[in-house]
Amino acid sequence: MRARALPWIRDVVPALCGIAVHFDPWHPALPAPVLEYFRELIGESLKMASKFEDAGRMVEVPVCYDPVFAPDLDEVCSLTKLSAQNLQKLHTSAKHAVLMVGFSPGQPYIGGLDAKMSVPRRATPRTRMPMGAVAIANAQTAVYPYDTPGGWSIIGRTPLTVFDPAREPASLFAPGDRVQFVAISRAEFARLSGRLE
Amino acid sequence: MSMRILRPGLLSTVQDSGRYGLQHLGVVPCGPMDPVALELANGLVGNFAGEAALEITLIGPEIAFEADTLVALCGATFDVKAAGRPLAADRPVFLPKGSVLSTGRALRGSRAYLAVAGGIATAPVLGSRSTYLPAKFGGLEGRAMRAGDVLPLVKNSPEIAFKRYQSFPSKKELPNGIRSVGWSTPALTLPEREPIVIHAMEGRHHAHFDAAARRAFFEATWKVSPDSNRMGFRLVGPVLARAEAVEILSEPACLGTVQVPANGLPIALMADHQTTGGYPKIAEIAAADVPRLAQLAPGGTVRFARCTLEQAGELRRVLRQRLDAALRSLAWTHGK
Repeated sequence: MRARALPWIRDVVPALCGIAVHFDPWHPALPAPVLEYFRELIGESLKMASKFEDAGRMVEVPVCYDPVFAPDLDEVCSLTKLSAQNLQKLHTSAKHAVLMVGFSPGQPYIGGLDAKMSVPRRATPRTRMPMGAVAIANAQTAVYPYDTPGGWSIIGRTPLTVFDPAREPASLFAPGDRVQFVAISRAEFARLSGRLE
Repeated sequence: MSMRILRPGLLSTVQDSGRYGLQHLGVVPCGPMDPVALELANGLVGNFAGEAALEITLIGPEIAFEADTLVALCGATFDVKAAGRPLAADRPVFLPKGSVLSTGRALRGSRAYLAVAGGIATAPVLGSRSTYLPAKFGGLEGRAMRAGDVLPLVKNSPEIAFKRYQSFPSKKELPNGIRSVGWSTPALTLPEREPIVIHAMEGRHHAHFDAAARRAFFEATWKVSPDSNRMGFRLVGPVLARAEAVEILSEPACLGTVQVPANGLPIALMADHQTTGGYPKIAEIAAADVPRLAQLAPGGTVRFARCTLEQAGELRRVLRQRLDAALRSLAWTHGK
């Protein structure tokens, strides 16, 4: 759909559930009635879509699971009845993969979380998730590229820069990438991030 | 050529029409909270509709112009002074080198756009000059203005300013070498009496809410919470309960989506909205009404009127016609 370069289409955004086609509602070339046009366009594109190929890279993500970076650790442990050590072990041994990138620039939705450590989203979203926060909800892990609001439970932090508009590619993660979480100490975190915490 | 920020105001950011084409990588579109006012301001100084301008919020900045400049301020009504004298907005104003434009409090509405002939010339990031505050990129170093900041303008902005000003009908000389005109464009997005009425369609998860919540959403008067921002307006009113708590997989979110986290208080997604989200969507605000909602200040009140997709399309066409009518009278002055 993106390849068609239709001037009134602004964005095509695939997600876990559904796809959004954002269009300029005031574009002079917008076809009418637009909804019928989209039904056809999406139908055609789905027919053409090639089968998903497992061509993603392996991205290694160092995570410090120290309680100082994991404000929700106690709550997750009590909800899942797991010790902090077991939680970390489950998170670093599971085979994860990036399902989609969304919410804010470069933020991956990573599938493959062990069902034993699954927790629902928090009832009230935090107004600020710190940059690099590694957080879980349901069957997924997210890594927060920026200080943004968010409703997931924080279990650690990575020193990696998830998104940098001046870097090529800007986004550390792309849909389809496989992900390996690796536990690091606070000292390693400080060294890798080049900052003292 | 540049403009110097003497006093930054509450939240002044560079915004152009927005950063599109990268939402699949989670890159938020940003852009103006009130694109109608941005288009009017740009139209008045002869720019393209989506040229980069300064979005000012609730308390405006004080700015010194270091060369002759043609400016226009559209959107919320601010207390505006140039060279210490009150100045009328919604019209082009020629400011000679050294002029100081001072904006105070927003008297009606909350956001206005200061457009400059030729546009603000900060470096584009990923194809746009729009400031994205949480990610700290775009605009000027990805942040709001601070005192002492210098915003670059295009090199030939004084020539453009002079040429474009010369083309206007009914020119008007003001003291201190400031020049304006004897006409203005209408404000199209300012809040009428509160609660303002905003049209919205039922969202994809409307049926997930219980009967009381479905009724309350369209009947209650909602108050814009003080922790609202460019990303979303948090609305305070009756708690909207779901019929059953079903977790939803993350799906795309749009400008104007009204989502309801588990605490039951809706959030209307605005210009810096996330690209995807997993909270149930009770409603989608009609595109034509998002700019009017954006003009509500914290504490402002709103009611939602149910509409269909077709009605939302009609509202959009009507707004476009009003905007085109306002811009048409300008088109010939700029030789377009």
